[in-house]
Amino acid sequence: MRNVSWVYLIGAVLLLVAPTVFYPVLLMKVLCFALFACAFNLLLGYVGLLSFGHAAFLGSAAYTTGLAMTRLSITPELGIALGVVMAAVLGLIVGALAIRRQGIYFAMITLALAQMVYFFCLQAPFTGGEDGLQGVPRGKLLGVLSLENDLVMYYFVVVVFVLGFWVIQRTIHSPFGQVLQAIRENEARALSLGYHVDRYKLLAFVLSAALAGLAGATKTLVLGFATLTDVHWATSGEVVLMTLVGGVGTVVGPVIGALVIVVLQNELADKVGPWVTVIMGLIFIACVLAFRRGIVGEMLARLPVNKGPRD
Amino acid sequence: MKKTYLAAAALLLASGAALAQSKISGDVVKIGVLTDMSGLYSDIGGQGSVVAAQLAVEDFGGKVKGKKIEVVAADHQNKADVASSKVREWIDREGVDMVTDALNSAVALATAKVIAEKKKVLIDTGAASTRLTNEECTPYTIHHTYDTYALANGTGKAVVKQGGDTWFFLTADYAFGHSLEKDTSDVVKAAGGKVLGSVRHPLNASDFSSFLLQAQASKAKIIGLANAGGDTINSIKAANEFGLTKHQTLAGLLVFITDVHSLGLQATQGMYVTEGWYWDLNDDTRKWAKRFYEKTKKMPSSNHAGVYSAVTMYLKAVNATAADDGDSVMNWLRKNPETDMFGKNMVLRSDGRLIHDMYLFQVKKPSESKGPWDYYNLRHTIPGDQAFQPLSASRCPLVKGK
Amino acid sequence: MNEIFGIPAQALLGQLLLGLVNGSFYAILSLGLAVIFGLLNIVNFAHGALYMMGAYVAWLGLELFGLNYWWALLLAPLIIGLFGVLIERALLRWLYKLDHLYGLLLTFGVALVIEGTYRYFFGVSGQPYPVPDLLAGATDIGFMVLPNYRAWVVVASLAVCLATWLMIERTRLGATLRAATENPKLVQAFGINVPLLVTVTYGFGVALAAFAGVLAAPIIQVNPLMGSNLIIVVFAVVVIGGMGSILGSIFTGLALGVIEGLTKVFYPEASATVVFVIMALVLLVRPAGLFGREK
Repeated sequence: MRNVSWVYLIGAVLLLVAPTVFYPVLLMKVLCFALFACAFNLLLGYVGLLSFGHAAFLGSAAYTTGLAMTRLSITPELGIALGVVMAAVLGLIVGALAIRRQGIYFAMITLALAQMVYFFCLQAPFTGGEDGLQGVPRGKLLGVLSLENDLVMYYFVVVVFVLGFWVIQRTIHSPFGQVLQAIRENEARALSLGYHVDRYKLLAFVLSAALAGLAGATKTLVLGFATLTDVHWATSGEVVLMTLVGGVGTVVGPVIGALVIVVLQNELADKVGPWVTVIMGLIFIACVLAFRRGIVGEMLARLPVNKGPRD
Repeated sequence: MKKTYLAAAALLLASGAALAQSKISGDVVKIGVLTDMSGLYSDIGGQGSVVAAQLAVEDFGGKVKGKKIEVVAADHQNKADVASSKVREWIDREGVDMVTDALNSAVALATAKVIAEKKKVLIDTGAASTRLTNEECTPYTIHHTYDTYALANGTGKAVVKQGGDTWFFLTADYAFGHSLEKDTSDVVKAAGGKVLGSVRHPLNASDFSSFLLQAQASKAKIIGLANAGGDTINSIKAANEFGLTKHQTLAGLLVFITDVHSLGLQATQGMYVTEGWYWDLNDDTRKWAKRFYEKTKKMPSSNHAGVYSAVTMYLKAVNATAADDGDSVMNWLRKNPETDMFGKNMVLRSDGRLIHDMYLFQVKKPSESKGPWDYYNLRHTIPGDQAFQPLSASRCPLVKGK
Repeated sequence: MNEIFGIPAQALLGQLLLGLVNGSFYAILSLGLAVIFGLLNIVNFAHGALYMMGAYVAWLGLELFGLNYWWALLLAPLIIGLFGVLIERALLRWLYKLDHLYGLLLTFGVALVIEGTYRYFFGVSGQPYPVPDLLAGATDIGFMVLPNYRAWVVVASLAVCLATWLMIERTRLGATLRAATENPKLVQAFGINVPLLVTVTYGFGVALAAFAGVLAAPIIQVNPLMGSNLIIVVFAVVVIGGMGSILGSIFTGLALGVIEGLTKVFYPEASATVVFVIMALVLLVRPAGLFGREK
């Protein structure tokens, strides 16, 4: 337990001083994707459900917040809230349909439904299609504090991230979280013990979708746009990769994974062009074949203390 | 972050005992060529745009007011988000002062927003949408080379005059396609023609067959291709495959010489093309095209020539004002019409539109052409003040009296 | 001009025919996926990329070696099938003991590697591939001009699908395959080399994808992204059809292609999503798919 507290303390300090060294917009992007990956990990690591369409929640919230901020001139926290609600509702619909199958089928269904969301965003007149939604203002937090300054926005994003992370932490360590893990380990037994397994799965799905939406909504404010990339299946694949690289089922893993992948993409994009995709693919293959526990998972396995079940 | 740069630069310059008080940021004038390096528009822009920019820097002597000029380039992959992030990073981290090309209307619109926010300069040569100088106009955007209004005015009018009075549009489903369809529809209707319908296809579509079937069913005399680059090429090919060209005529609304080169004269002969520049117009253009050809083994498109002109304009402004920030440069450019290899006395209007002559060409028959790249007969020069949307009709909030 | 349901017959029948062509591609590709899934329990995300590779074999063959279309039809499935065997031996076989989801993730990674590599060499724009002379031209069938090549695509796909079905359902090899799907250990105990069977099956499924790629080359611009958007629709087709029967996947693929074509006539805006909507509906009513058997 003490190990974990140290990690959080170091993490907090790093978060606070990072913008003095690194480009704040890049840092904010990392934080948003880290939250996205953590939300995804809640579903994969703790319930055992691989959703291959999580970009639908990231993107639908991104568009909703973008539309709200450009059309309604509301404050950013309201804009984000609307995005989260949208993602949660979508999560309810997708989840209700997808939960009917398991394993591979579940993944394929989430992929196909996410594709529907993609085409909707492509064709709906108010999303700007291929042009995307541009020029989204950051607005004034609570009507007073302008978020236009990158540094101010950064600390706001840190708060959002910590909030989302805290929610996930509380969920995992609650009785609800225990049941989820029981379902992952042996669904039949959980069912026989009298738990309404489907309801638990659905609730976890909605929660994961809502938090992914939080990440998406915040990202829109950071970058000032929402585009089709946010709902594309490649983004769904990316979050799987981030979680895999960082460590499925670990608390901090997805954060590390997001950091690695976002920074890698950013630095390589100009230098190597299409090879970025190849590198992502190779990392995927390497992780699946040899490195299934991910960075944090491997580290944890090596610690003398943690030879038991994962945190 | 930017304030630190400026503060540091000011200190350096002050202690550097410069002769004149210079406000050039970061000691380097950086020009960013934002283009499509490998996608459907890469022939029209791509590496050629970078070469064109470098030629302009070379002709200027590599330095302006003693500061080095640097050209950087990036591939926007036809994605507005990639472009937006890249431009923001360029300005925040690398001190880029001016962005050019921005080929692809969605990219251009996104870039214009970031440029306006950061008060730099965008001289867009590659995008077509008139929204750049209407709804989305900014004090820091210059729309160079051409736009959908000029295209509609040129090609659209010419086709209608020839008897093509019923139209069906095959439109690329994004800002550019919509803009081109709208402007051409207006021209057709103003000339007494009718628009029977339209169908939208995704950018970089792989199969046009079902869209062309709809075009065929409409029985329109003219199928207007409101798309560009690879999409236009594929539409024309598919139309030939389905025998559409037997009863209906294709009108390529945005065609560059590189497209004609890909398709060949056999498939494109007789087509009307409206462009802002052609390599074989006069001695100046021929001389420049030769230099371009030596470096790339291809003749330049009008977009490439536009990039050269854009960079030249910008450098002249920096030289004259001894500053590279958006406000100084734009103010100087508005007061000083540009003359270079691209055009003479090109005026920059308050809505950001650069006024220059446009040319209506017709593609030569294979028998008329003396060799590769000799593709156009000049039919008509459209004077600048008639080619573009009149200022009185502008929807730009910056235009006085609106 | 005769009209059906208020739409000119020409447009309706034209789109139906195009829908049949698309459906043929769906059928072959979902068939390949079903065959692979049946025996390996792996959802081959790389299927789209392999289809693309087949098309490139045809194009490169023509550009570099003057190889004509008919040779490509024969060679592409062989070459890419062998490549598939390589993937299976080198990468996939390590995953059989693990959760099936890892197979999906691995093939996803493989798809990314393949597509990225091709994108580097060929960019994003398509390369044109000419229709073979024998099939060039079009036939005026009254209500539309039908390019001969597209008719050939339907015929060829159906032939290959039926041949595959015959092989799986009516031959000894097919029987062994089906048995191995049900109970691999028992079949192995009978002396059948099950791992070899698995490898060959994967190679065969991949070869089917490559075959479809060559068929597609003259219609679609041969480009590195041609597989990725198609594969997701095929996934939906597979979910609708259920993984249970071969004939089921063929029928579902064709039917959905036709439905898509009809949607383009009556309600074009929905044409991209209609397959997914149907998938959602089928899931509500019959979660195992139309022809599926619950495993």
